[in-house]
Amino acid sequence: MSALPFLLEIGTEEIPDWMITPALNNLQDMFQALLDQQALGGLVNSVKATPRRLVLQASSLIERQPDADELVMGPPKSAGTGAATGFAKKMGTSLDQLGTQSTAKGDYYIFTKRTPGLATAAILARDLPNLILKIQWPKSMYWNGKGSERFIRPIRWIVALLGNAVVPFEIGGVHSGNATSGHRLLGKSSILVTSDDFEEQLKTNGVVLSAEERLEKIETETAALAEGKGLRVKPDPDLLHTLVYITEFPTPILGSFDRQYLELPQEVLVTVMRHHQKYLSLQDTNGNLASHFIAVMNTNADPEGLVRHGNERVLRARFNDARFFWDTDQKRSLEARLPDLKNVTFQAKVGSYFDKTTRVVELVKQLGGDQHAQRAASLCKCDLTTDMVKEFTDLQGIVGGLYAQAQGESKEVWRAIYDHYKPLSMEDEIPATPQGRLLSLADKWDTLVSCFNVGLIPSGSRDPFALRRAAQGVVRIIVEGKLKFEFPKASEELREFMRDRVEYYFRDVRSFAYDEVRACMAAGWSDLVDLETRLKRVQAVRPTPDFEPLAASFKRIKNILKQAGYTDGGTYREDRFEPGPELELHREIRRTDGQPLEARIGPLRPKVDLFFDKVLVNAPDPEVRRNRLALLHSLLQEFSTIADFSEIVTERQAP
Amino acid sequence: MSKPLTFQETVFRLKQYWSDRGCIIQEPYDVEVGAGTMAPETFLRVLGPDPYRVAYVQPSRRPADGRYGENPNRLYKHQQLQVILKPSPADVIDQYLGSLEAIGIDLRKHDIKFEEDNWEAPTLGAWGIGWQVMLDGLEITQFTYFQQCGGIDLDLVPAELTYGLERIVAFLQNTDSVYDIEWTPGVRYSQVRFLEEQQFSKYNFELADVSMLWQLFDLHEKECQRLLKFPDAVLPAYDQVLKCSHVFNLLDSRGAISVTERVGVIGRVRRLALGVAQAWMKQGQANQEAVA
Repeated sequence: MSALPFLLEIGTEEIPDWMITPALNNLQDMFQALLDQQALGGLVNSVKATPRRLVLQASSLIERQPDADELVMGPPKSAGTGAATGFAKKMGTSLDQLGTQSTAKGDYYIFTKRTPGLATAAILARDLPNLILKIQWPKSMYWNGKGSERFIRPIRWIVALLGNAVVPFEIGGVHSGNATSGHRLLGKSSILVTSDDFEEQLKTNGVVLSAEERLEKIETETAALAEGKGLRVKPDPDLLHTLVYITEFPTPILGSFDRQYLELPQEVLVTVMRHHQKYLSLQDTNGNLASHFIAVMNTNADPEGLVRHGNERVLRARFNDARFFWDTDQKRSLEARLPDLKNVTFQAKVGSYFDKTTRVVELVKQLGGDQHAQRAASLCKCDLTTDMVKEFTDLQGIVGGLYAQAQGESKEVWRAIYDHYKPLSMEDEIPATPQGRLLSLADKWDTLVSCFNVGLIPSGSRDPFALRRAAQGVVRIIVEGKLKFEFPKASEELREFMRDRVEYYFRDVRSFAYDEVRACMAAGWSDLVDLETRLKRVQAVRPTPDFEPLAASFKRIKNILKQAGYTDGGTYREDRFEPGPELELHREIRRTDGQPLEARIGPLRPKVDLFFDKVLVNAPDPEVRRNRLALLHSLLQEFSTIADFSEIVTERQAP
Repeated sequence: MSKPLTFQETVFRLKQYWSDRGCIIQEPYDVEVGAGTMAPETFLRVLGPDPYRVAYVQPSRRPADGRYGENPNRLYKHQQLQVILKPSPADVIDQYLGSLEAIGIDLRKHDIKFEEDNWEAPTLGAWGIGWQVMLDGLEITQFTYFQQCGGIDLDLVPAELTYGLERIVAFLQNTDSVYDIEWTPGVRYSQVRFLEEQQFSKYNFELADVSMLWQLFDLHEKECQRLLKFPDAVLPAYDQVLKCSHVFNLLDSRGAISVTERVGVIGRVRRLALGVAQAWMKQGQANQEAVA
C-alpha cells in the first residue's frame, strides 16, 4: 500500500494576527489525534498560516485503514451444536468457520470477526468538517445566518488533497477542492494546485506561506533599508510577530517625519508609531530616536512612493494631534485636575478614581511613604483626564510622569508617577525608585482589595480586571524591591489568591522546587523577602547528603505526633530521658541550639536516625511517651521558622 | 493619478457603485445620530429574516469630538457613507475593494490591510465582528459582520461598510486638513461646514442648558415608553430612542454625567433600544402572518 501526502488549506477572510499561532497548534494536535485514533499512519509535517489561510501538511498516510480483527467468545462446546449454530448465525457465518479455544472453564467456540478498514479519504471526508469547526478561537462568528456554523471569520475556500485526489466535504456551502486563492492584489483568485506544487504556486501568486520566511524577508529588507544611513532598527519581536501575521507578502519601506516632532517625548512618538501605526522605530548611531520609521506593506512594491507618502501623511496628522494634546494639556496642572477624577470611573461598583486616589494616598502614608511618595500618590491618576491619555491610553502613568516633570515636580515625584503601572508583565522591570515601588504597590494592592470587596474575583480564565497581573506585580515589587511589607488584613479569598500568586512566582518564575516552596511557605509567607531568603537557604542545603533523610524523619515525626493526637506544646523533662539515643538526641539539639540550619543538619541527622532505630516513642508509660513526643515536637519547632520540612518530597518516604 | 474626485463626486460615485449592486439609495435620516448604524435603515432593517440592501450618507454628530474647527482632523459632525448588505454576499470583500477602485484608488499602487476591530454599541445592544480597513496606514472604513442588534441574534448576517468620507477624500486630494477638501470645484469644506463646527462646539461644551437637557431626556424616555405600548408605533418610538441618545451625548460633552449616573443612563437608553427591537420583530411576525 502506498504512502500518501495530505494537504489541507482553510481559506478565510483576514484572521486576527494574535489568534493564528494557537489555532495552528490546535489544528495540528487534533489532526494528528485523528490519524492516530483511526490508525491511518501519517504524521503532520507542518502547519503554516497567513492571515487568510491555515495550512496543514502531513505525509505517509495509508490509503485504507487496516482491517480490524476482533476475537469473539461464543458458547461453551458443551452447550452443543444448537448453541454453536446460533452463535455462528449471529456472527454472520457458518458453523464450520468457528474455531475453538481452551480455557480454564473448558472449551469454547470462538470466531474472529473482521471489520474491513475504511478508505482514508472517506474517513477524512467524514471527520474533517467537525474537526475544522472545533478549532478554538477566543471569539467566533456566524456568517450564514442564525444557528449556522461558527468560525473566526467566514471560510471562503477549502483545499483538501490526499495524494492528488480531492477529499470531498462541505462546510457552510463551501466545497473542498483543489483550487486555492492567491494574494488579494498580487495573485489570481483561483489556482489549481497539487500537494507538491502548492507552496510554489502560492509564491508565484504573491503569498509567502511560511511565517519564518516572511519574518526573514522583513528583517533582511529592513536591515537593507537602514544600511548606510546611520540608522538601526529598534528590536521589537512582538511587533514583528504582528507584522508577519497581518501580511501575506510583506515588504518594508522607509519613511520619515519632520525633525521638529522630536521635541515631543520619545515615549509618545514611539507609542504613536508602534501601537497606532505598527511602524518599527529607528535609532541613530547615538541611540537617539531617529526621524524615520519602517512601515511594512502587504504588497510587493511602492513604485511611485504613494504608500510611503500616505503613511507619512497619517503619521504627521497623528504627531500633530499629540503635539496639540501636549500643549493644551499643559494649560492645567495635574494638581488642578484632581477634582475631575470624580468623573472618571475606576470600576462601577467601586467608585471613581478620585476615591481610589484618596485610598492610595492613605495606604502610602501607612506604609511609611515619604512626602514625595505621598505627593506622587495624589497626582498619579490625574493624567487620566488629559487628552493625551484619552487618545493614547497605553501611555497612562508615563504621560503623568512627563507632565509632572514639565510642571516642576521633584525627580522623586515624577519618576514615581511615571513608573507606577510597572511591572506590566513578567518581563517588565519593577519601578526604578523606592517611591515608585511603594506607589505601584499601594495602587495595585488597593485595586485587589477593592475588587475583592465587591466580589470581582477572577475565576478560571476570566480575569477582566487583570487582578492576577496586579497581584503578580505586588509580589515582584516586594521581593525584588526588598520591601518590608506585611500584607494588611484581607479577606480569606484575597489571602488565598495572594498565596497562589506567591507560590506561582517562586515556583514558576523563580524556578524553586515546588516542595521547597510549599515547605517554606508553610513556615509563613507574610514577609516575602524573608521567604525568599529561607527558600535560598533550603535550596542550598537540599543537595547535602543529610538533608533529605532528615526531612524524611521530619515527615515521620509529624505523622507520629498526629497519630498520637499530640497538641501539647509543653516542655519536656530532661531528667526523664533514658541514657542512650534519646538523651543524645536531646543533647545534640541543645548543643547546636542557635546555630544556623546549615550547621545543624549534619550533626542532627545521625542522632535522629539512631533515635528512631532504638527508641520506642509509644512507650507504655504515658509520662515517658509524653516526654518523648514533646522532644520530637520541639525538634520540629526548632526549624519551623524556616520551613516545614515534612513537606519536602524525599526518596525515602516515611512509613 | 488623474485629478482626484471632489467630496461630492466621491459620494456620487460610491452611491452609483452600490446602486449598481442592488442597493436602495436612501437619504440621511433626519434625526440626530452618532453613527450611520443608528439610523433605522440599519438598526431596524438588519433585524428579522428579510434581505435588504441599502446605502446612504449619514451626517453623524458626536458632540464630545468637536474642536471649534481648530483641529484639522477632528469634527463634531462628520459624514459617513453607510452600506448594508443583508445577507452579506460571499464576495463582499471583493465588492468593497471594487468600490475603492471606483473612486479612483489604484489598489496595485497602494497598501491595503484588514486589521481586527470588533464593533460594539452597548447603548444599542449591538455588536459585530470585523476589521478596520487600512489604506497606506490610514483607517478608511469600518467593516463589520453584525451578529446582534437590540440584544437579538440576527437571522441573516449583514455586512456593514462604513466609509469615513472626510478622511477618504482628504486622502484622495492629499490635503492635511479636512477643511481644505474641495467639496465641489471652487468650494472648500470649510466654506460649507466651518461655522457649524465652531458654533456647535461652543453649544456642546459651553452653552447647552444642562437642566433642560435632563428634562428632555426624561420626556423623550417617557414618550418612547408610552409609544411602545402601541403595536403600530415602533418607528416613532425609535425616534425617541435616538433623541435620548443624542441628549445623553450632549450631557456627556457638558461633563454633566457623574460616574454613578453614567452606567444608569446608558442602561436607560439600552432598555428603550431593546424594547424597540423586540417590538419591531413582533410587528414583522404579525405582518407575515397577515400576508399568509
